[in-house]
Amino acid sequence: MSVEKFVGTPKKVTTHVNQNEDLIFEKSSPGKKAYRLAELDVPAIDVSSLLGDSRRKDLGVMPELSEIEIIRHFTRLSTWNYAIDLGMYPLGSCTMKYNPRVNEAVARLEGIADAHPYQPEALSQGCLQIMKTLSECLIEITGMDAITLQPAAGAHGEFTGILLVRAYHESKGNPRKKILIPDSAHGTNPATAAVCGYQVQNLKSNAQGMVDIEELERLVDEDTAALMLTNPSTIGVFESEIHKIADILHAKGALLYMDGANMNALVGKTRPGDFGVDVMHLNLHKTFSTPHGGGGPGSGPVACKAILERFLPTPVVVVRESGTLGLEYNRPQTVGRVRMFYGNFGMFVRALAYILANGPDGLRQTTEDAVLNANYIRAKLEGTFELPYTTRTLHEVVFSDRLQAKHGVKTGDMGKRLIDYGFHAYTVSFPMIVAGAMMIEPTESESREELDLLIDALKQIAREAVENPELVKTSPHTTRLQRLDETTAARKPILRWKAPIAETPLVVDTAAKEW
Amino acid sequence: MRYLPKSPTDREEMLAEIGVGSIDDLFATIPEEYQLKRDLSIPRQHGESEIIDRFRGYAENNAAGYASFLGAGVYRHYKPVIIDSLVQRGEFLTSYTPYQPEISQGTLQAMFEFQTMICELTGMEIANASMYDGSTGAAEAIMMAVRVTGRNGAVIARTVHPEYREVIATYAQHQEIPVTEIGYASNGRVDIDALDAAITADTACVLIQSPNFFGTIEDVAAIAEVAHAKGALLIVSIAEAISLGIVRPPAEADIVSLEAQSYGVSIGYGGPYCGVIACKEKFLRQMPGRLIGETKDVNGKRGFVLTLSTREQHIRREKATSNICTNQALVALMTTIFLTVYGKEGMSELAEHNLAKAAYLKTALQQSGKVLFEGAPRFHEFVIDLPKRAEETNTSLLEAKIIGGLPLARWYPELGENASLWCATELTTRKQMDAAAAALGKV
Ligand SMILES: Cc1ncc(COP(=O)(O)O)c(C=O)c1O
Repeated sequence: MSVEKFVGTPKKVTTHVNQNEDLIFEKSSPGKKAYRLAELDVPAIDVSSLLGDSRRKDLGVMPELSEIEIIRHFTRLSTWNYAIDLGMYPLGSCTMKYNPRVNEAVARLEGIADAHPYQPEALSQGCLQIMKTLSECLIEITGMDAITLQPAAGAHGEFTGILLVRAYHESKGNPRKKILIPDSAHGTNPATAAVCGYQVQNLKSNAQGMVDIEELERLVDEDTAALMLTNPSTIGVFESEIHKIADILHAKGALLYMDGANMNALVGKTRPGDFGVDVMHLNLHKTFSTPHGGGGPGSGPVACKAILERFLPTPVVVVRESGTLGLEYNRPQTVGRVRMFYGNFGMFVRALAYILANGPDGLRQTTEDAVLNANYIRAKLEGTFELPYTTRTLHEVVFSDRLQAKHGVKTGDMGKRLIDYGFHAYTVSFPMIVAGAMMIEPTESESREELDLLIDALKQIAREAVENPELVKTSPHTTRLQRLDETTAARKPILRWKAPIAETPLVVDTAAKEW
Repeated sequence: MRYLPKSPTDREEMLAEIGVGSIDDLFATIPEEYQLKRDLSIPRQHGESEIIDRFRGYAENNAAGYASFLGAGVYRHYKPVIIDSLVQRGEFLTSYTPYQPEISQGTLQAMFEFQTMICELTGMEIANASMYDGSTGAAEAIMMAVRVTGRNGAVIARTVHPEYREVIATYAQHQEIPVTEIGYASNGRVDIDALDAAITADTACVLIQSPNFFGTIEDVAAIAEVAHAKGALLIVSIAEAISLGIVRPPAEADIVSLEAQSYGVSIGYGGPYCGVIACKEKFLRQMPGRLIGETKDVNGKRGFVLTLSTREQHIRREKATSNICTNQALVALMTTIFLTVYGKEGMSELAEHNLAKAAYLKTALQQSGKVLFEGAPRFHEFVIDLPKRAEETNTSLLEAKIIGGLPLARWYPELGENASLWCATELTTRKQMDAAAAALGKV
């Protein structure tokens, strides 16, 4: 890293310190071990006589290393990642908030981490209480009537929610044909509608980036099953006419689905159930602090109004006559199961721990701080970057790169340059209604100092875009690797490691290989 | 609130900088009538020690201290300590999907290693970077086969995990994919003649599980031949991934849908786990989920990126191969570390211990009942027909602090009320098995 790459001195980062590390397979050597099994306390068996032809003979390139080498391997890899624990992660729509460590501790308690999903109900009361308590909290937070915790992520929640919509319409004799989706929506929304067997009808946003009420009125008809609406929208704006939107849909027998990805703007301040939403999903891995872990796991509970309750996936947690909790499978109108067992239970534990740590006052303050932070960034950077929609925003702010694009510098370039300043990029090029979108969501977890650092960095980058556009366009400069060739990666995909040619036996057909 | 890094002064000054009088001004776009003017009715704010106490209380209301013989799609294996040490590093735990490869190489390289190991274990050519779990993975594999073949139906063995079949039914109905179920032979394996008869010119794929729900290892090669003869793809679902250490991989399959929970992931009352789809390379464009690929940076250094995303929802929207976005990355990392710890030799040694324990358990329990489905190899589970109702038997076993095998009547009424599915892993001790045999003898 050369300091000359900066105009002035970057406050936050100097260089990303880390070491080189090969692939685990390249570090392997025959005969090394990182395990020792417990002594076998039963007679050894003759594998060949038990398995016959089904016996496996070879495990190919599976690695062989000692424990210290494994620790170093993954520790070195970890240092190549940016993370919330290192600093602000302003990815819009992703709600990258602090992941409390007590959540991790309680999820690993004996009795919880080792509970088997089929252990008898009487011996699962603790797990069932966790599910029931979390369900009650989420129902209260959303203002809905019922909930399922089964979906494994946001998109899976959407799938489940739209299945409820479908079952509802089917119970009235006609599943209907189409789902309305605003052009500002996340890609999972249309993809979900398709998986559920619906046609997608695009709903254009109005000049404020909000639902165009007249257009909605024009499009909703007896074939419309639902509108999938993100509220606040992907530009961070609360749909003020939400109840009118709900009324228009309801008048034609259609339902209002809410993508709850942006609930971090609403918790404790307003409730979707109160403003006309029929069904919605939550992302426990956004709003309720469960860690993203480099892409998952998530959890996407679906909350709904009473009219949809009988269609919820099975099983549901119920209180038995004896007062104990149980899992009820006998629900004739259920949409069925969307996942085996009861969902990503470990995430329920974490989300409940988060709710307990906050309480009602903490949750409200959290939402207020998230909105305060986003508006602070907006106020400080308005003018530096173009703000395509000037409507008041809540938990995130979406700028565009129009001013910088004149100098050939795009949103993606500035996002990459932000890395040099010690931050993760904001969300680039989403939502699609903003050309060159720069979508920033700070969350409540950032101090004023960290926000100021981000603001300074972005101002500096805007200056660089004018004075030295090449510097921005070739960024990042301080990272281990610089821009990667994604075109070749897609054109000639290499999706697994293979031993160097000399060592590879000349067998091409996998089926013929000796296993 | 201890997670919020702001002083009251910070808040006031920031509001002033924004130019509003109060925080409520920032929420003014929410119509007055929908603004919540009261506290949420949820438990009060808890101290950290109170949170831990409360969850300890929940844990005590579960089954701590019992010896369990439950498997049935989720398996208790030893989880090496370093898995938790490593995955709790903030750089892994608190990073997002690796959309910015320059600062996500840790996750990307680890997932590339994951994909490689999954290929090696399953005998497939490519693998994705994870699906939610084995059940949704199996459903996605079927939808994938429909896209690949342009045919529509699926033939599914009844020995596929019943909950997987339920999930598949949920997905299939709105894709209008007709599903036919086929039964099992007296040795517990797929009834090949029935399978042959069920495959038509409309069949996109055959889905089997191996080891199947009864623990029996299927003759994958023979089933593949039957499926392929009629132009259908073969999907093999694997719920017990440890078996791959010692059981021949289903290399004749076209698609393998694996649940990798057994690789060091706590059973945790049902999740999170780690599904993954692996397949022949020629089906690459129809693969759902994220893929990590190798490439170079501008200086020629090796690196990894998310690739082939033109299959995915954020680019293709309603035409995507799946709606999946968030997957199970951290769990996939856990499995990668597990596989690295055991490695080439350990995986087969570990699998052998499982085999040995199950063989012992079977002999011990045979004194009290009849083991069904003899005549085909199995891994570490088996079905036993006991003299009394399985539910009743299990209730009596609880007195000896034993959780017996899973009663099967709910899903396989044809086996009667007395059949249950028992499992032993490397963690099941001889003492526990002897105790179970003794307690069963008294029931
Ligand atoms: C607005 C919106 N909807 C849906 C999703 C999908 O959620 P998940 O990734 O949990 O499936 C996201 C997450 O990226 C999102 O931002």
